[in-house]
Amino acid sequence: MKIDRDASRFKQIVRGKIRENLRKYVTHGEMIGRKGNDLVSIPLPQLDVPHFRYGQNGRGGVGQGAGEEGQPVAAGDPDGEGGQGQAGSEAAPHVLEVDITLEELAAILGEELQLPRIEPKGKANIQQDKLRYTGVKRIGPESLRHKRRTYVEALKRQLSEGTYRPADPCVVPIKGDRRYRSWQHVPEPVANAVIIYMMDVSGSMTDEQKEIVRTESFWIDTWLRSQYQGLERRYIIHDASAKEVDENTFYHTRESGGTRISSAYKVCQDLLKANFDSAEWNIYCFQFSDGDNWGEDNRAALSMLKETLLPQSNLFCYGQVESPYGSGEFYRVLEEAFGSEHESLVLSEIENKEGIYESIKTFLGKGK
Amino acid sequence: MTALHRFRSLTPEMAEIQSQMESHARSYGLDFFNTIFEVVDHDQLSAIAAYGGFPTRYPHWRFGMEYEQLSKGYSYGLQKIYELVINNDPCYAYLLGSNGITDHKLVMAHVYGHCDFFKNNAWFSHTNRKMIDEMANHGNRIRDYMDRFGVEEVETFIDACLSIEDLIDIYAPHIKRRDDKARYEFQDATEAEHDGPTATRFQAKSYMDAFVNPKKAMDAELEGKRKELEKKENFPSEPMRDVMLFMLENANLKPWQADVLTIIRDEAYYFAPQAQTKIMNEGWATYWHSTIMTKHGMADSDLICYADHCAGTLASSRTRLNPYKLGVELYRDIEDRWNRGAYGEEYEACDDYQAKRDWNKQTGLGRQKIFEVRRIHNDLTFIDEFLTLDFCRQHKLFSFGFNQDSGYYEIESREFEKVKQRLLFNLTNVGRPIIYVKDANYKNRGELFLEHRFSGVELQTNYAQDTLSNLYKLWKRPVHIETALEESKVILSYDGQEHSRTGDAKPTKSK
Repeated sequence: MKIDRDASRFKQIVRGKIRENLRKYVTHGEMIGRKGNDLVSIPLPQLDVPHFRYGQNGRGGVGQGAGEEGQPVAAGDPDGEGGQGQAGSEAAPHVLEVDITLEELAAILGEELQLPRIEPKGKANIQQDKLRYTGVKRIGPESLRHKRRTYVEALKRQLSEGTYRPADPCVVPIKGDRRYRSWQHVPEPVANAVIIYMMDVSGSMTDEQKEIVRTESFWIDTWLRSQYQGLERRYIIHDASAKEVDENTFYHTRESGGTRISSAYKVCQDLLKANFDSAEWNIYCFQFSDGDNWGEDNRAALSMLKETLLPQSNLFCYGQVESPYGSGEFYRVLEEAFGSEHESLVLSEIENKEGIYESIKTFLGKGK
Repeated sequence: MTALHRFRSLTPEMAEIQSQMESHARSYGLDFFNTIFEVVDHDQLSAIAAYGGFPTRYPHWRFGMEYEQLSKGYSYGLQKIYELVINNDPCYAYLLGSNGITDHKLVMAHVYGHCDFFKNNAWFSHTNRKMIDEMANHGNRIRDYMDRFGVEEVETFIDACLSIEDLIDIYAPHIKRRDDKARYEFQDATEAEHDGPTATRFQAKSYMDAFVNPKKAMDAELEGKRKELEKKENFPSEPMRDVMLFMLENANLKPWQADVLTIIRDEAYYFAPQAQTKIMNEGWATYWHSTIMTKHGMADSDLICYADHCAGTLASSRTRLNPYKLGVELYRDIEDRWNRGAYGEEYEACDDYQAKRDWNKQTGLGRQKIFEVRRIHNDLTFIDEFLTLDFCRQHKLFSFGFNQDSGYYEIESREFEKVKQRLLFNLTNVGRPIIYVKDANYKNRGELFLEHRFSGVELQTNYAQDTLSNLYKLWKRPVHIETALEESKVILSYDGQEHSRTGDAKPTKSK
C-alpha cells in the first residue's frame, strides 16, 4: 500500500533521531524499563510539526462529572507538554513513544559505535540443513498440493477455453492444473553463545554503580543478541564467596563483607565446565567490580583467568566502576599481568554514566 | 496514480441495509450527496485515516507516523475507527469490514448524518466538493517536485509550510476582506514619480480660483492623500490574519515552493470547517443514528450490541468533553425546548423554576429548529447560543485549569459563566492562538514581525521557537513574534542563527 512508503520514511526519521540522541539514550538508560520481548519503546520528544500553540500556563478545559472545586482531575506534564481538556478541536498532544525492535536498535548501536560484526569461533561453521518451502512445481506428492494455485490454473485454463460461465461459476481442475509446493535445502550455520555476567556485590558497590552495570549490560545484551541466534545469559554475584543467581537477584542484591574475586571465577569455571563446552559455545564473560580485592586473592584469580577462563572465552571483559569506597586496584593488577593489548581480555574503566558509551565501544569494538 | 476503487464494495446484505438506512434518512428530511460506501480492513482504514481520508494524498512522513499510531492503537485494542466520511460530491464513506451487522447499521445511519451536515452546513459551503480529485492532483504535483528537486528538499519545505498551516483566516472564505488582487497590478507611474501628493486643481480664471478651488477643500484632499500614502508605506497596510497567504504573495519563493505552499494552504482551508464544527457534526450524526436505529433500524438481536456501541462512543470524561455526547445532548435539549416553546423573552423573564420546568406551549418547532441550527451555526456560535444554565447543571459540567503549584489540572469552577467562558475560549479560532502579520519591514530591514493577540494563555515557548525557525526558512529574513510571557510583553526572535527573547521579562539567549 501507499502508506508503506510514508511509514518507512517515518521509521527512517525515527532512526535518524535515535542515532542523533544515542549517546543520551545510552547513558541515561531510559529505555530499559520499557523493554518488551523484542520491542523497546523510546520516548521521542518533538517529532511532530511545531506550531504556535498554547502552553500549559493558563490552559484548561471543560469536563463532565462529579467533584469538588480544587479537586485534581489530571496530572500536568512535567515538561509543560500538557493539554488535556480541549473541547473538540485538537487531540491532546503528547510525547511520542516509538516502538523499535531490539534488532533495529542493535543495528543503530552498531552503526553509531562502528562495532564490527562478530566472527563466531571456527567450530561454529557447523551447518545444519533446513527445509524451506520456496516455490511451486507441476509435480509433487498430493499431500503438498497447493489448492489455491491449482484452482487459479484451472480458472485460467477455463477462461482461455471459454468454458467458464460467470452465471454458474464452476471451476474443475484437471490433472495438468495441479500445482505442488516445492522445497529447498537451506544450510544454516549454528552458532550458540552464552554471556556470563559477574558482579561484585560487596558493600562498596552502591546503587549508582549497579545502575551503570545494568545499563551497560542492557546494551551488551542488545548487541550480542543481534549477532547470535541463540543467546543464553547467566549471572554470578560474589563478595567473599560467590553463587549463581537469576537476573532479578543479580541487580538487587546487596551484601556486605569482603571481596574475593577468585570465588566468582571458580563458579564461572564450574558453570562452563558443566554446561558450556567452549568447542560448541561462543563464551562471553563480563565482570563488573569496583576493583577492590583482597590482596592475597589476586594470585589465585590471575591463575584461573590465565589457565581456563581466558583461553575458553571469546571475550573476557572487565569493567571497573568507579566507587567512592573501592580502591580500583584490580584493574592495575590485570593490566600488569596481561598487558593492555591482550587477545581476549578487554579492560575498561567506567567513571560514571557518561562513561558507558565509550566502555561499550571498548568492549565490543574487537569484533570477537 | 492509485485507483480509489481497490476496496471491496458492499455485500448484498449490506447493500440491503444501506438502501434501508438511506430511505429512513431521506424520510426525515436529511439531504445529502450521493454516498458511496467502501468496505476496508482495519489496516487500510488506518492508512486512509492517516491520510485524513484521502488515499491519494501527497507523500509525507507524518502520515506514516499517524498510521503507526493508529494501527498500533488498533492492534492493542486501545482504539477503533468505525467509519470515515469524506466531504466530497459524491460523499465517500469507508466502513470497517470486520464490524458486526449491528455496527454496520448504526454506522451507515451515522454516515448519512455527516453527509447531510457536509452538504447543508453553511461553514462548508465554500469547501471544494471535488476534493478527492484535487487531492490526487496535489499528490501528483508534489511527487513530481520530489522527482525533480529531491525528496529531502521538498520534504523539508513541506515541514516548514506545515508549521504555519494553522495561521489562516478561517472566516476569510465567507467575508471579502479586500479587493481581489488584480492579476497585473502596475503601480501608477505618474503618481510615483511625484515628490509628494498634490490636490486636484480645476482650471479657473485667477479671480475665480479661490471659489473653484477653495483652500479648505484642497487641504482636506491633500491630508487624505497623505494618510493614504502613509498606509501604503505600512506593509501590510492592515495586520493580516492569513499568514500563509501573506507568505505566498510576498516571500521570496521559487515557483515550485509557492505551489507547495498553495497546496498546503488549500488543504488547510478545506479541513478548517471540520475543526470548526466537530461538536455539531458529531452530535448531528449521533442524533440521527440514534433516532433511526431506535425507531426503525434495530432488530431485537441488535439491542445489546447497539447499547454497547453507544456506551462506548458517548462515554464522558473528566478531562475531555466528548464532542459526540455534548453535541447530541445539546441538539436534544434544543429540540425539547423548541417543542415546548421554552425560549424567548417571556420564558427568560420567568423566575419560577417549577413553571419553567413545566413550560409547555405546544409549539412543536423542535425538529424544524435543529435543522435550522445545523444549517447556520458552528461550534463557537452553537455553544454561545444554546448552552444554558440548566443544561450545564444537568450534565455536571465544570471548568478546570492548570495549577502551577500542584502540577495538576484541578476543577476550577462549576459556575455557569465560567464554564461557558472556558468552553468558548477553547473553541475560539479552533483552540489555536490568534496571530497576525503586523509588519513585514520591521526595523526597515525586511524582517517579519508577527503579533500574537494575547488572550490569557501563554504560548509554549519551545514550540514557538521551533515554529520561528521554520518560518525563517520561508521568509529568509529574521522573524519575530510579539506575545506575553509571565504577564509582560516579550518579543521572541530568530535571526537564522540563534533564538533570542527581548522585552520586560529577563532577556535570555540560547542557541
